[in-house]
Amino acid sequence: MNQQLLRFAPVAIAAALALTACNRQETPATKTAEAPAKAAAAPAAEVLKIGHVAPLTGGIAHLGKDNENGARLAVEEINAAGGLKVGDKTYKLDLVAEDDKADPKEGTLAAQKIVDSGAVAVVGHLNSGTTIPASKIYADANMAQISPSATNPKYTEQGFKTAFRVCANDNQQGAVLANYAADSLKAKTIAILDDRTAYGQGLADVVERVAKEKGMKVVAREFTNDKATDFNAILTKVRATKPDVVMYGGMDATAGPMAKQMTQLGIKSTFLAGDGVCSPEFIKLAGDASGSLHCSQAGEAVEKLAKGTEFVEKYKKRFNSEVQVYSPYSYDAVYVIADAIKRAGKVDRASITAAIPATKYDGLTGTVAFDDKGDVKGGAISMFKVVNGKLEYVSTVR
Amino acid sequence: METFIQQVINGLVLGSMYSLIALGYTMVYGILNLINFAHGDVMTFGALTSLTTAVLLQAMFPGVPGWFILLGGLLAAIPVCVTLSLVIERVAYRPLRNAPRLAPLITAIGVSIVLQTIAMLVWGRNFLTYPQLVSNNPIHVFGATVTQTKIAVISLSAIVMIGLMLLVNRTRLGRAMRATSENPRVASLMGVNPNFVIAATFAIGAALAALAGVMFATTYGVAHFYMGFLPGLKAFTAAVLGGIGNVPGAMIGGLLLGLIESLGAGYVGELTGGVFGSNYQDVFAFLILVAVLIFRPQGLLGERVADRS
Repeated sequence: MNQQLLRFAPVAIAAALALTACNRQETPATKTAEAPAKAAAAPAAEVLKIGHVAPLTGGIAHLGKDNENGARLAVEEINAAGGLKVGDKTYKLDLVAEDDKADPKEGTLAAQKIVDSGAVAVVGHLNSGTTIPASKIYADANMAQISPSATNPKYTEQGFKTAFRVCANDNQQGAVLANYAADSLKAKTIAILDDRTAYGQGLADVVERVAKEKGMKVVAREFTNDKATDFNAILTKVRATKPDVVMYGGMDATAGPMAKQMTQLGIKSTFLAGDGVCSPEFIKLAGDASGSLHCSQAGEAVEKLAKGTEFVEKYKKRFNSEVQVYSPYSYDAVYVIADAIKRAGKVDRASITAAIPATKYDGLTGTVAFDDKGDVKGGAISMFKVVNGKLEYVSTVR
Repeated sequence: METFIQQVINGLVLGSMYSLIALGYTMVYGILNLINFAHGDVMTFGALTSLTTAVLLQAMFPGVPGWFILLGGLLAAIPVCVTLSLVIERVAYRPLRNAPRLAPLITAIGVSIVLQTIAMLVWGRNFLTYPQLVSNNPIHVFGATVTQTKIAVISLSAIVMIGLMLLVNRTRLGRAMRATSENPRVASLMGVNPNFVIAATFAIGAALAALAGVMFATTYGVAHFYMGFLPGLKAFTAAVLGGIGNVPGAMIGGLLLGLIESLGAGYVGELTGGVFGSNYQDVFAFLILVAVLIFRPQGLLGERVADRS
């Protein structure tokens, strides 16, 4: 009898997995998402919807919220200044925020929801792993997509006329990280870990390639996943190779516990990581193990921007939280869309998409202009290190 | 060699925590023939309650050593988990005790989802940082590195498991538990109150889950609303591996699973010439579950629960 019940066990596990996966999706999308019916009934209503997608659930929900806050701040400013004047009409902007849980499958669902909501353009997504699959859906709808933070080069290499990003890409970022390890950290050996996401793997691969070109020895190449918490096994393996630098391609939610476990295992190597880890949240999660981190952001440091301090204060006043990484970029992305609408003089998706490549917008993050692929021109990479529990700016590479 | 010893220690730490959770699965199964899928989420509640308590205690008594605060967190987590588990048993499982077996199984999955959602509503969707209460500094022993937390995890689990064995084999309550698992109706004719025994089983399992939750959160420094899900499934695998319904089986199954995962992630790359890498770490647990179900469905230590037909 007992054996009979055990036969159900695999079924039960599958069911549990499936059900729990469903459960995690239940995220109350922002109130603005309730409006589609109304807008569909009256397409000439004086509200323009702009989509925003980022993970609002799970380990990197704080980064998703940060991106959303940046976009929301821009939308609120435009509305407070009287809205967007196009021809003889004035439009108020409305931010339609969706959650993709940093999951590629969810990313395409969220993209479809944004397309169906009648939004004219979208800011997002946050992760490369969700941005790339979603870009096909936006391209089919001829809807401009501006990602503030997806750094994987593939995103703009697919040939979609709708795909843009306002941050630098991982070909630049990976090269800067590898050069930094070789030149500034004087590293001879490097261990490379990644979380097998489009972003983490892509960045780690570039670092590996450039590190080899620079004559560094890649002593270990290990993998984990973006939901793991135990890294002791792979870190023990890494420890045996005694690397000068441990580079991780992944996000802060996993890097925090990883840094802690490195300390616990007595690994004294410098911890090097990309923009996914370069946030105040990492320092919170890693605690006193955060001191060994050197990391990059695929953009100019916010405090180095002309209007940066002003932005940080506005942000803090409005949301009562700290700027994580990419909210200045989602903020600019909204303004780039608004600028394209003004120049196009029309509010349909095709006209906006057609107007964006000619953008020359002087924004918070500098002058935004796009190359023929849709990458931002002159994208900067900034290096940071953790000093006394704070991210300290080191240098910028263009 | 150094690396090997370290991997064994890693495996023991992970395995001890799996064992503690697996005991909760196996004891309930032994008595009710019910796989309590909500057990992993009880562990989540333990971890999150202790986190909240620890943060409060730290704010109230800034000078107190970390160990005491951690103990305070644990002492708060245990009653919460025990109460939660008793309520679940009373509301979700007891009304279905004589229903077909699939009904309570499905209910258990439902309860698991409800608990995760409650945890998400109470503690939010972000990863929370567990305060660093115990020193993180490595201690070197025989070429391997441990921390105070890891030593505490291994030794405390060992003590608790020995205690549990004594409870099951030497006390009146233990005898009542064994009798109920043998045959609840005959046991009740002999003066054992099955409702009490079942409630006690759930309570003990929940207390162990609370302990495991606190250990997970302190060892890894993070806690979040679905943290119990994967360890719960792994622990269930451990329970099946050792022979579900069998108390020593769950302990051995948990430790074995921890060791297999750790050594697997550490050595599979070398053994397969780089075809499989450390990215297959999580796959091992479930491969083993499938293998055990196919070749030895009664588990390694066999099945001691009498067949009730």
